[in-house]
Amino acid sequence: MNKKTSHKTKIKVVDLYKKFDDHWVSRGVNLEIPEGLMTVIIGRSGEGKSVLLKQIIGLIKPTEGHIFVDGLDITTLKSDELDECYKKFGYVFQFAALLDSLNVFENIGITLIEQGMSYEEILPIVKEKLSLVQLPEDTLHKYPSELSGGMRKRVGLARTLVTNPEIILYDEPTTGLDPITSRVIHELMFDMQKRLKITSVIISHDIETFKYADKIALLHDGEIRYFGDAKTIWESDNPYIHQFIRGLTEGPITTEIAYFKDKE
Amino acid sequence: MIVSFINFLGKSTLDICTYTGEFTLFFLHAIKTAATSKLKISKTFVQMNRIGVESMSIVLLTGLFTGMVLALQTYIGFQRVGGEQFIGAIVALGLIRELGPVLTALMVTGRAGSAITAEIGTMVITEQVDALTTLRINVFQYLVVPRMIASTFILPFLSLFCMFFGIVGGYIVCVHVLELSPEDYESSIRNYVELTDIKGGLKKAAVFGLILSWVGTYKGMYTQGGARGVGTATTQSVVVSSILILITNYFLTKLIEHM
Repeated sequence: MNKKTSHKTKIKVVDLYKKFDDHWVSRGVNLEIPEGLMTVIIGRSGEGKSVLLKQIIGLIKPTEGHIFVDGLDITTLKSDELDECYKKFGYVFQFAALLDSLNVFENIGITLIEQGMSYEEILPIVKEKLSLVQLPEDTLHKYPSELSGGMRKRVGLARTLVTNPEIILYDEPTTGLDPITSRVIHELMFDMQKRLKITSVIISHDIETFKYADKIALLHDGEIRYFGDAKTIWESDNPYIHQFIRGLTEGPITTEIAYFKDKE
Repeated sequence: MIVSFINFLGKSTLDICTYTGEFTLFFLHAIKTAATSKLKISKTFVQMNRIGVESMSIVLLTGLFTGMVLALQTYIGFQRVGGEQFIGAIVALGLIRELGPVLTALMVTGRAGSAITAEIGTMVITEQVDALTTLRINVFQYLVVPRMIASTFILPFLSLFCMFFGIVGGYIVCVHVLELSPEDYESSIRNYVELTDIKGGLKKAAVFGLILSWVGTYKGMYTQGGARGVGTATTQSVVVSSILILITNYFLTKLIEHM
């Protein structure tokens, strides 16, 4: 299903399989993520999009298959080589996953704190990242419980930016946010990707995300069913993407509603 | 019927082997991390405060009332044979060799061991542990090792306080309730309690501290599901730690006796 692109491939997923107990989540995923572009992975809930993202960053080990990052097969690397490779990655979690015992400064600068850098060295870096995500400096001493959902996600993004990653993986970054905050987050992601030339991979159900994306991949039944330019998806005759973006109940993607209609 | 029984037996055996293997590997990983990476000293002190200082009041109360009731029970038995002068030694030896370390460990398991599991378990289900991993922070060095070291070091101190307050409790009952001679109480302790008894008790407390933090961190790191998962992991942590402490106590007693 993959189309050839003129951009260099940053991440290449080859015949990826993942099984949890007796349930296959990925059944041979093949995907090429182009460098410096924003790729959005869509699919119904429970299709294994987050699992795919977590396999790419190494939080979950694949049952079979290969993941290449800049041509290096990360599924065969030793732990120290893997650690070096993961320096290229940043991960923005669905609910930000901020450490609730630390304040915003400590959350954003945690990597630098753990490296043994002093407060004076860390502060300007943290302030710079905070301004990148458009948060005021007085946020620094607040705790995650004192922040709104949108602010938490921006702090999560700032924390990711501290390590200057080449690739950022976003797990449903706008879930649970109001349309205005969602737009702010979208523009922020778009801005980061354009300004810092970051390769972005986003999991989203949000149709708004398509406006900012360069590439769209549709995951269904453990495989990539569509991969193409975001600008052309509305004209695509691929039955999967046609059904999904229009929210149709009839088509190759089976739904509970379609199932009950069939029964009638 | 027979086939399903054999299936059940096989699955249970596999589950037990998997669990034991994971549990052991977790411990070895923690030891390797402690040996090869820099200790987070400030985090270790924070944990010493949480596990030790914050558990002090319940440990002191436990020690005090255990000493009091031990003195009372010993008196009831010993007065029949005219051995009241040995009550001090019995209370002190009981507390120093057994009750002090064991009761301290059980109380700390209930208070701090459960808190360790609940805290780490919540971090796991809210992806905070995954976030640390993606930031290339060694989760064992950051979360597990400081708790294990803090607990292992602080338990002997807590146990010492428990023993002392227990002996004081016994003294209060003997002297002020039973109106026995304070000299008898003190001299029997001086005559029969040796330094090796105290050393043995403290060694036990250190091992119990290690066990409760090992189980607490393991159960936290392997928490699954949502809030219910955290609750289940916390309960299991307390139950498994308590049982392991009681079983280990027997073997430690045998071991220390032969040393």
